[in-house]
Amino acid sequence: MSEITLQIDGRKVEAKEGMTILEAAQSIGISIPTLCHHEKLEPYGACRICTVEIEARGRTNLVAACLYPVEQNLVVRTRSEKVDKTRKVLLELMLAHAPDATKLQDLAQEYGADKARFEKESSFCILCGLCVRYCAEVKKKNAIGFVDRGTRREVIFIPEIASKECEDCKECFPLCPTEALQATFLLTKALMSPSRPSASE
Amino acid sequence: MPRINSPAELEELRKGILSKRDPNKPCITLCSGTACHASGSKEVAASIEEEIKKQGLSAKVDFRKTGCHGFCEKGPIIVIHPEKICYLQIDPKDIPEIISQTIKEKKVIERLLYTDPSTNEKIIHEFEIPFYKNQERLVFGSNGEIDPASIDDYLALGGYSALAKALSQMTREQVLEEVKKSNLRGRGGGGFPAGRKWEECRNAPGEMKYVIVNADEGDPGAYMDRSLLEGNPHSVLEGLTIGAYAIGSHEGYIYVRQEYPLAVENVGIAIQQAKEHGFLGENIFGAGFDFTVKVHRGAGAFVSGESSALMTAIEGRVGEPRPKYIHTAIKGVRDRPSCLNNVETWATVPLIINKGADWFAQLGTEGSKGTKIFSLVGKVNNTGLVEVPMGITLRDIIYKVGGGIPGDKKFKAVQTGGPSGGCIPEEQLDMKVDFDELAKAGSMMGSGGMIVMDEDTCMVDLARYFLDFLSDESCGKCVPCREGIRQMLKILTNISKGKGKEGDIELLEELSEVTRDASLCALGRTAANPVLSTIRYFRDEYEAHIKDKRCPAYVCKALISYYIDPEKCQACMICLKQCPAGAISGGKNQIHVIDQEKCTKCGTCLEVCPPRFGAVKKISGEPVPSPIPEEARMIARKSKET
Repeated sequence: MSEITLQIDGRKVEAKEGMTILEAAQSIGISIPTLCHHEKLEPYGACRICTVEIEARGRTNLVAACLYPVEQNLVVRTRSEKVDKTRKVLLELMLAHAPDATKLQDLAQEYGADKARFEKESSFCILCGLCVRYCAEVKKKNAIGFVDRGTRREVIFIPEIASKECEDCKECFPLCPTEALQATFLLTKALMSPSRPSASE
Repeated sequence: MPRINSPAELEELRKGILSKRDPNKPCITLCSGTACHASGSKEVAASIEEEIKKQGLSAKVDFRKTGCHGFCEKGPIIVIHPEKICYLQIDPKDIPEIISQTIKEKKVIERLLYTDPSTNEKIIHEFEIPFYKNQERLVFGSNGEIDPASIDDYLALGGYSALAKALSQMTREQVLEEVKKSNLRGRGGGGFPAGRKWEECRNAPGEMKYVIVNADEGDPGAYMDRSLLEGNPHSVLEGLTIGAYAIGSHEGYIYVRQEYPLAVENVGIAIQQAKEHGFLGENIFGAGFDFTVKVHRGAGAFVSGESSALMTAIEGRVGEPRPKYIHTAIKGVRDRPSCLNNVETWATVPLIINKGADWFAQLGTEGSKGTKIFSLVGKVNNTGLVEVPMGITLRDIIYKVGGGIPGDKKFKAVQTGGPSGGCIPEEQLDMKVDFDELAKAGSMMGSGGMIVMDEDTCMVDLARYFLDFLSDESCGKCVPCREGIRQMLKILTNISKGKGKEGDIELLEELSEVTRDASLCALGRTAANPVLSTIRYFRDEYEAHIKDKRCPAYVCKALISYYIDPEKCQACMICLKQCPAGAISGGKNQIHVIDQEKCTKCGTCLEVCPPRFGAVKKISGEPVPSPIPEEARMIARKSKET
């Protein structure tokens, strides 16, 4: 693995090939906000809150720090007017779903996001996919998954698997940044309950 | 069929096919593409076969069911060779006359010919019809000559000679250099130089590499890739094989959507035939190059046309885009180098190899070479598929090829590039069409969709339509795309319902910016184009909706009303009887009045009111005049006796 030198927020960083901007930044103590990122999981790049500004080959671009691989002489700005504005709007879009999520509220304060800017949406979920990916990648159970696409996309438990696997696991619960998961899970459990006694007997 | 092992054998085969064909023997070609199929070409075909038999001409005339000819507006289309007499909008009952008159007697049937609307002249030959005359049909032209199920038809036109040339006379490097020199840019959307992509894929580490045909065309109103794959599948296979040779790939995929059954069928037949002839398989043309192709049928998600999503789908997973900070040419299908181009791009490659990069590069503009196929649809007289050189003006496409706007309507805008593109207003009609100019105007080439709109199109409603499409078709993975589209669609819907607020335009612009800058894939990054381009060129229409609650094009139902002018109403009872909502009151000699509460704004009354009365009016942005008092509704007619 060859050494790569890049610059993050004006500081020189030595990084290894294959590292992401996020990892390189963390290695020198620069924090970049994340919501869908998790150390144990493959980078996903869905929430985009880790968006940073880069200068490469003479062009300025916004990229997701959790995915973008470090390059020699790359210049990264983790905060800039554009980055902050982008994060602010992204937070407002997510807060429409989960206005009471503490994680989002903390970030909202930092970036001046207005949680009531967009009308409240019926779901509590920001579709970060932590639960889905943790269940698939770490637990290898696939008890929870995405259904549908576009603005109708949602997370659901697969009753046949969930009824067998979830009771003793629930490891995805603390991962949820909006606490929506419990509600969904409980709902599924409630729906499943008539058949549960016979299954456990 | 014996395998073809060398270019010499190919040439021999071609001569053999041609020697069995008398160029002077009449041949009826019938367009059997999807559009003509829908307008009845199957019945016409049955009638032709039957009539040829009935008139005892089976040995004297050939009949060929070809792919799409392009002039879909006038289908089903028949062209009679060798004269190229073109008959349009054929009905099965025209066939006996065509056979007895034109085939037997060599007489042209006037009524079936194209009439030039500007001169009222009848035009006999296909190549003289303005729709065709003003095109440059290099890639698409053979469609009308080939039965897609016949490899002989393709070979007769010199098919597979480019592959033979590439494999026997050129090194891999030379093929690559030729394509690079031609400056061929990808016809599927972004316009990335094909040669550079090929080179990147070729140089990428890894033994196993893939070449892929993207036939997941999904833009509303666009069907050029479909027609090419349906009508001339061998040209795509030949181009793909040449690319595979240059790149060093031995496995190819054709990703075609399941909703294109004819394309799936024809490409399957073509692969089988190419295998039998040795154009696919092992040791092609005896040059030691092996290549096989698989067809992967798409399940119908628009986003799967995005290259990384398409590759994910090939792997058997949900077609969701993944970040392309590392290009798919380096890490694509199963993390192996994968070179994806669209149907039209691959089909252009044999031409470049046969005729040379210099020939290709002399066509088009500085930055965009060659020709491009557009699907010209909407409010234009000659809808269909058109192939024109890059650099032609929009005006020439719409007016010379397209024959202008139907009725006495005014041109308003043209949407290019599908849902990811933008609309271009009249002031820019003289713009030269190429990748860069379209981008400068806030739109894009896309895969070549071109939707013409007249004055009856509301630009807010148009933006709303495309955002609605994208809200269904986005994969929904990343926040800026999914949520940005959701909110933009809400705002646009509100505006079109008369609930727009001060500041909505600015909010749309702000959301557009975030969606463009922060989305994961090209779908999200371009999703705001229809919004931004309509705001850019038609801001006044947005303002009319928001401030005056007025829809200038009289489209947005919530902002329009229908009203019967009591001065003009002749109490003819037609609208009253036809109104599906029963919203019109009145009677014989009683002026009719629309009950605005009951009216569903379907527009039937306006449609059926006799033009000589012209009593029904659409109004927007102003209050509906209060109905005239009941006692004043009686029409006093002069009695006929006096």
